[in-house]
Amino acid sequence: MTTIGIPREADPGQRLVAATPRTVTRLVALGYDVVVESGAGERATFADEAYAAAGATVADADAVWAADVVAAVDAPADARLDALRPGATLVAMLAPAASPERLERLAARGVTALALDAVPRISRAQSLDVLSTLSNVAGYRAVVEAASEYGAMFAGQVTAAGKTPPATVFVIGAGVAGLAAIGAADSLGAQVRAFDVRPEVGEQIESMGAAFVAAPQAQQQVSADGYASALSEEQERLTAEVYAQETARADVVITTALVRGVAPRTITAEMVAAMRPGSVVVDLAASGGGNCELTVPGERVVTPNGVVVLGWTDLPGRLPQHTSQLFGTNVVHLLQLLTPDEDGTLVLDLDDPVQRGMTVAHGGDVLWPPPPVAVSAVPAAAPAPAGPTPEELARQAADAAAARERRARRRTVGFALAAVLVLLAVSFSPPELLGHLTVFVLAVFVGYYVISNVSHALHTPLMAQTNAISGIILVGALLQVGDSSPVVTVLACVAALVASINIFGGFLVANRMIRMFRKDA
Amino acid sequence: MTASSFAQGVYLVAAVLFVLSLAGLSKQESARRGNVLGMIGMGLALAATFVLAVDRSERAPVVTALLIVLVLATGAVVGTVRARRVEMTQMPELIAILHSFVGAAAVLVGINSFLTGQQDAALLEGLGGGGQDAVHLVEVYLGVLIGAVTFTGSVVAFLKLSARIRSAPLQLPGRNLLNLAALLVCAGLMVWFLAAPSLAPLLLMTLVALALGWHLVASIGGGDMPVVVSMLNSYSGWAAAAAGFMLGNDLLVVTGALVGSSGAILSYLMCRAMNRSFVSVILGGFGAEEGTVVAGGDADLGEHREVRAPEVAELLRAARSVVITPGYGMAVAKAQYPVAELVAKLRAGGTQVRFGVHPVAGRLPGHMNVLLAEAKVPYDIVLEMDEINDELAGTDVVLVIGANDTVNPAAAEDPASPIAGMPVLRVWEAGQVVVFKRSMATGYAGVQNPLFFRDNTAMLFGDAKEQVERIVAELVEAGVRA
Repeated sequence: MTTIGIPREADPGQRLVAATPRTVTRLVALGYDVVVESGAGERATFADEAYAAAGATVADADAVWAADVVAAVDAPADARLDALRPGATLVAMLAPAASPERLERLAARGVTALALDAVPRISRAQSLDVLSTLSNVAGYRAVVEAASEYGAMFAGQVTAAGKTPPATVFVIGAGVAGLAAIGAADSLGAQVRAFDVRPEVGEQIESMGAAFVAAPQAQQQVSADGYASALSEEQERLTAEVYAQETARADVVITTALVRGVAPRTITAEMVAAMRPGSVVVDLAASGGGNCELTVPGERVVTPNGVVVLGWTDLPGRLPQHTSQLFGTNVVHLLQLLTPDEDGTLVLDLDDPVQRGMTVAHGGDVLWPPPPVAVSAVPAAAPAPAGPTPEELARQAADAAAARERRARRRTVGFALAAVLVLLAVSFSPPELLGHLTVFVLAVFVGYYVISNVSHALHTPLMAQTNAISGIILVGALLQVGDSSPVVTVLACVAALVASINIFGGFLVANRMIRMFRKDA
Repeated sequence: MTASSFAQGVYLVAAVLFVLSLAGLSKQESARRGNVLGMIGMGLALAATFVLAVDRSERAPVVTALLIVLVLATGAVVGTVRARRVEMTQMPELIAILHSFVGAAAVLVGINSFLTGQQDAALLEGLGGGGQDAVHLVEVYLGVLIGAVTFTGSVVAFLKLSARIRSAPLQLPGRNLLNLAALLVCAGLMVWFLAAPSLAPLLLMTLVALALGWHLVASIGGGDMPVVVSMLNSYSGWAAAAAGFMLGNDLLVVTGALVGSSGAILSYLMCRAMNRSFVSVILGGFGAEEGTVVAGGDADLGEHREVRAPEVAELLRAARSVVITPGYGMAVAKAQYPVAELVAKLRAGGTQVRFGVHPVAGRLPGHMNVLLAEAKVPYDIVLEMDEINDELAGTDVVLVIGANDTVNPAAAEDPASPIAGMPVLRVWEAGQVVVFKRSMATGYAGVQNPLFFRDNTAMLFGDAKEQVERIVAELVEAGVRA
């Protein structure tokens, strides 16, 4: 049986773990034996006993690294890589672009290496994208960090002791982290404003509860691949103006801009200098060098004018419990993908762009970089949001008016035709028919107007009721029962029987349904 | 005062009561009164007819009276038992079969009317009069025709709805020509019938009309059944009206016309809700013919993501607003009770829960509302598509329970889709969508649903009832822990 090893992370600062007791249950359900290193979940508040209770075996490091599949958070140290069994599979964030020599080492060892941080950005791979997971948590935590540094409340209050204004939070970049930060800040009661160079994310920003800072000239055209790209010089100048303006009025600035792993400079020292004392800047791009000129990765910096600049790089690890759970679920999704039969047999399909994209080493070869994948981050359904031009609108309106007119004309013609037909029928019919016809036509119209108002919810009872009423044909049958001919009597009796079933059934069913409708007490 | 004029007076009162009854049914508050008024009207009409029938009886009045009482009593018992026993989920079938009864009655009454007419004519002929009145013959002929089509059509609808026959449309080659031919044959037989009034052409036509009714509904796919049922409702009304003409009875004419036009309007409303023209529904074949050419079927829609009940429970606990969009699948799984319980739990926890009901959800107009009402879901949180659609974007979680085509984004986004342009519930705008489904099979329209492959959609496979019960259990457990 295939075993999955979950090691304790080597870096003492790394509090995450690649599987939680709950995700272990799901791995076991996929048919795997799970071996967890003793203390692996300790820093994320998951005890060894909890893992054991979930069906894992708790063992020492050697047993874990000897497993068929090893799932870790960070790339293991070289010594650990050498402990991997040839033919084993390693799942971790391997940073393939930054550390080619590690890939060489893995390939030389005959290890299949899957980089969790190299998941192609296509829709169906989203469920295994740990970067999204980490960004999401980081965005949330950034707000929590900012709130604890900021010497005031986020939500405005009106109390007997006076009034406090709400904090203004300015978020730069509306990726996963940015949107998470917007949501968290908004739910704390702050006034949130957000900016992104991609105008099409405006809707997402607003959906999270923030005001979208629109700067048409500064923003790019709709990006074709869903990523932000580098800006032209003119755009850069204009965005800088937007940032200066917005940071000056913000109490908290959260920057999340990362263009393909590199942090562009968005907040200059001057902009920070123009901020009020006590304001907070949280730089989520600190790991990539920082968006803010004053950011020191991993450090808290206080500027001379009293602005706090936070450059934490371990924000997801500060919420180890949930982050591990989400990360672990990503790992589960990956293994689901790799275990098509749910029988504990790992099957790697290199024709699948998702699996191919993540596989950085396999069968002794380095498979990085993968062939390009057609990115479909934005569904094709978002063509030119520019909207129709005024002429088009006018033409549409004209078309609609013409169609309306045509319909009206057709209706008039139809009506006239019907009138003529009725007129003909009436004038050629004997007098006794005339009376019935008059009644008939009037009743049709009464029916039309009475029914047009029926509420949708009552359609079924209505149908049962009209059905019961149409059982009135019973009247005709009853009158024929007394006929002298036995054949007629028998037929009439049968007709009366079915019609009466209809009447009683229809009314009672309608009644049953109607009685069930009740308003909230 | 003769029995006849007395009866006419009562009939007038009954007709007014029927109009008031239908008017009452247009609102929940007055629906109960409407139902009762209808019953009173029917009771009065039957009582008056009883008196009249006994009065006019051509044999011993006691025999006639006994026969009528016997027949009515049998009908009452059978009807009451059926109405009591029927499950709300089987309502469409029951209504369809009841329609067929009206059709059958219309055929029998029509044939009887012809037979009695022949007897009278024979008497008259002896006195030097000539045959039956042509107008009356036409009335009889049309009455029987409509009745026969209604009868078999309803029987097929019943069989399809109760899954006794396959609901896929029957695809005979040249089916429209077949229908046309049937109508032409009927017209030809009418000429014969008028020229030489006898039972033969009438019975022949009845057979042709029965076949026509069968074929008409058999070639309509299950997805269009709501329209078909309300269309048959309309037909049964016209059949009653035709009977009224031939018997010279204004009550039948009025009632038939009321029912006929109400059924027609319901069908029209249904068609509009599906963005389909009435003609195309009647001509049938939807769901198979077009289903095979769905371009989207080949397109790589990506992969769906699966969740389990505990995760959904957690999702719901965290949500502030939840919208549930039920479909026929909920009716099939009889999941309305656990759904109601789930709603009660969530509402007790302060979550805003509402239902979004698509006009053609289920197999009968208003089917979902009835099921939810049965499970005691307050009707003021059950909203129609137009009421809820704009609010879906601000909703945290949408639970799609057994609905498919009515939440298909292809209808709004893919002009090549066979259901393009059909108004749908825009559930995909919500934060998270959970789809309860048995498998990845397509819905009644045979169209793949891109919703299932969206990033914010998760699939919960299995029996909807069991899954909802499991979620409720999780919520209860969580509540105990908290």
